[in-house]
Amino acid sequence: MAIWLDKDSKVIVQGMTGATGMKHTKLMLGDGTNVVGGVNPRKAGTTVDFDGTEVPVFGTVKEAIEATGANVSVIFVPEKFTKSAVDEAIDAEIPLAVVITEGIAVHDTAAFWAYAGKKGNKTRIIGPNCPGIITPGQSNVGIIPGDITKPGRIGLVSKSGTLTYQMMYELRDIGFSTAVGIGGDPIIGTTHIDALAAFQDDPDTDLIVMIGEIGGDAEERAAAFIKENVTKPVVGYVAGFTAPEGKTMGHAGAIVSGSSGTAQAKKEALEAAGVKVGKTPTETAKLAREILSA
Amino acid sequence: MDLFEYQARDLFAKHDVPVLAGEVIDTPEAAREITERLGGKSVVKAQVKVGGRGKAGGVKLAASADEAVARATDILGMDIKGHTVHKVMIAETAPEIVEEYYVSFLLDRANRTFLSIASVEGGMEIEEVAATRPEAVAQTPINPIDGVDEAKAREIVAAAKFPAEVADKVANVLVRLWDTFIKEDALLVEVNPLAKVASGDVIALDGKVSLDDNAEFRHPDFEELHDKAAANPLEAAAKEKNLNYVKLDGEVGIIGNGAGLVMSTLDVVAYAGEKHGGVKPANFLDIGGGASAQVMANGLEIILGDPDVKSVFVNVFGGITACDEVANGIVQALKLLEERGEDVTKPLVVRLDGNNAELGRQILTDAAHPLVQRVDTMDGAADKAAELAHAAK
Repeated sequence: MAIWLDKDSKVIVQGMTGATGMKHTKLMLGDGTNVVGGVNPRKAGTTVDFDGTEVPVFGTVKEAIEATGANVSVIFVPEKFTKSAVDEAIDAEIPLAVVITEGIAVHDTAAFWAYAGKKGNKTRIIGPNCPGIITPGQSNVGIIPGDITKPGRIGLVSKSGTLTYQMMYELRDIGFSTAVGIGGDPIIGTTHIDALAAFQDDPDTDLIVMIGEIGGDAEERAAAFIKENVTKPVVGYVAGFTAPEGKTMGHAGAIVSGSSGTAQAKKEALEAAGVKVGKTPTETAKLAREILSA
Repeated sequence: MDLFEYQARDLFAKHDVPVLAGEVIDTPEAAREITERLGGKSVVKAQVKVGGRGKAGGVKLAASADEAVARATDILGMDIKGHTVHKVMIAETAPEIVEEYYVSFLLDRANRTFLSIASVEGGMEIEEVAATRPEAVAQTPINPIDGVDEAKAREIVAAAKFPAEVADKVANVLVRLWDTFIKEDALLVEVNPLAKVASGDVIALDGKVSLDDNAEFRHPDFEELHDKAAANPLEAAAKEKNLNYVKLDGEVGIIGNGAGLVMSTLDVVAYAGEKHGGVKPANFLDIGGGASAQVMANGLEIILGDPDVKSVFVNVFGGITACDEVANGIVQALKLLEERGEDVTKPLVVRLDGNNAELGRQILTDAAHPLVQRVDTMDGAADKAAELAHAAK
């Protein structure tokens, strides 16, 4: 069953005709994703050929939904235009919008997040600055490599793209129900908690791996949520123990401010909620393996 | 990006938040002319991005132009909590202060919105007030779409219980401060103290502003606000090459792809270092996705140019990036640096996994560069890099 994305998902690509959009649309199609259209007002009415698959381009998200029944949009438009692209997806009430774009101004993210709320939260937003979501063997939306792992019974939620890949690789023989990269920006749509709740309710998920990093208090909140609501085993990993205070470590949200947002505090909060936390990605994978084979 | 006080003052002035006159200088003699223009007296204020400068002797009154020059001479070059004072602001002296308040707008990460914090007990750190007298601190969520109009400003004024006689003036400051927050893409605008002076006016006497680096695309003026003097030379060189680099204080140079994986690599190296004389990571460097040989060469050049670095750990998980490209990048980068006459003597430990890892590993094996060792697990490679750094220490 997986979460939020399956073989029946119909995907449109906002920014499909740009270089990044073209590259990843081709890869997504190659992974079996049902890409039903692209959106670009200047190229509406044309089609783009991806190795023999003709994908139509629509002028707006609304038109694309009306013509194709799309229920997922993945957004590759440049950071200057991302806010209006997300607002358009929200206006069209698409159930899932996955925002890959990196480097969005946080005022823009705050604004489209508030706009989604004002419009009744009909659109689940994943990202921004995220690798996307994959349900192996069914659908892949974003930039996660489709060939790292196979379908299985682990659910993965992570702030980091490459650590998502690393963990999928470490546990590739067991496989994943769904892996979702929620992104490393200060404000994001879907949170660890949203994914934990969905995996808890997903009959195809037996164990959850949660990857966090320095900055903010999302992991501490997730820990509190796990304690109250999650009965499935959760294994955790937190990156950034050696990060100095006051320095942004690659991700805009990855910063220790004063004594808040440290990896140590996050690890302790997770452990207090019964989550086994690995010291390295490899050790984390080993913990997951031990639980599943017990 | 955190700004200096004088930069915050200038932004406040630009958006009509009431401030005192002030100009920044970096030589003492320049204090004379400014002080004369300010009527023969001034306040000399150290410009450092750290609190507590007043207690450290970084803020002095000057009763004459000569005295202003003398105080500027004292303060320039001072060390305040590890920050060297390169600039001082020569500011107008404040009229008699009757009361000190606090107001700010900031990003509220946890609630994914903006927040106003206001208090009639300003002049000290707001965290201190919040800890000792939480009832004196009013927090008001601000919806990013609705923003702060006069009605919202009055709501904040009422919540913080500002005295009636300053309510209008504080509300006006709040609207203008919000304007600064929005138009400048700030993560924080803070006025502390917001002073009520004898005339009844309210004036922003000191402030902090932090701007969103991601918004630089619509603020070409951000470039000038960067503090180039204080940047570590390696960090400055990396920034010129658009590399995501942070200098740390250890011995193992780190290059990886993806912020999360690089942060994780630093941690894994630090753990490994515990067994090897306590060596630690020397830097954070994320070369991002799809790194070309040129990017790899730029990264290696920065890291090999760091005298603290004793060994280098290249840790790549090929997602979309193919490991054979990365391996070619490493080989070409070393060749490029050697051809340029750079001194390439530090050992490199390379771990490649993921997309085309076998091909990439083969390229490194075939190249057989004497400085490059391949270790195929992240933990194993970290251990080897730490061991080599310890041996070279």
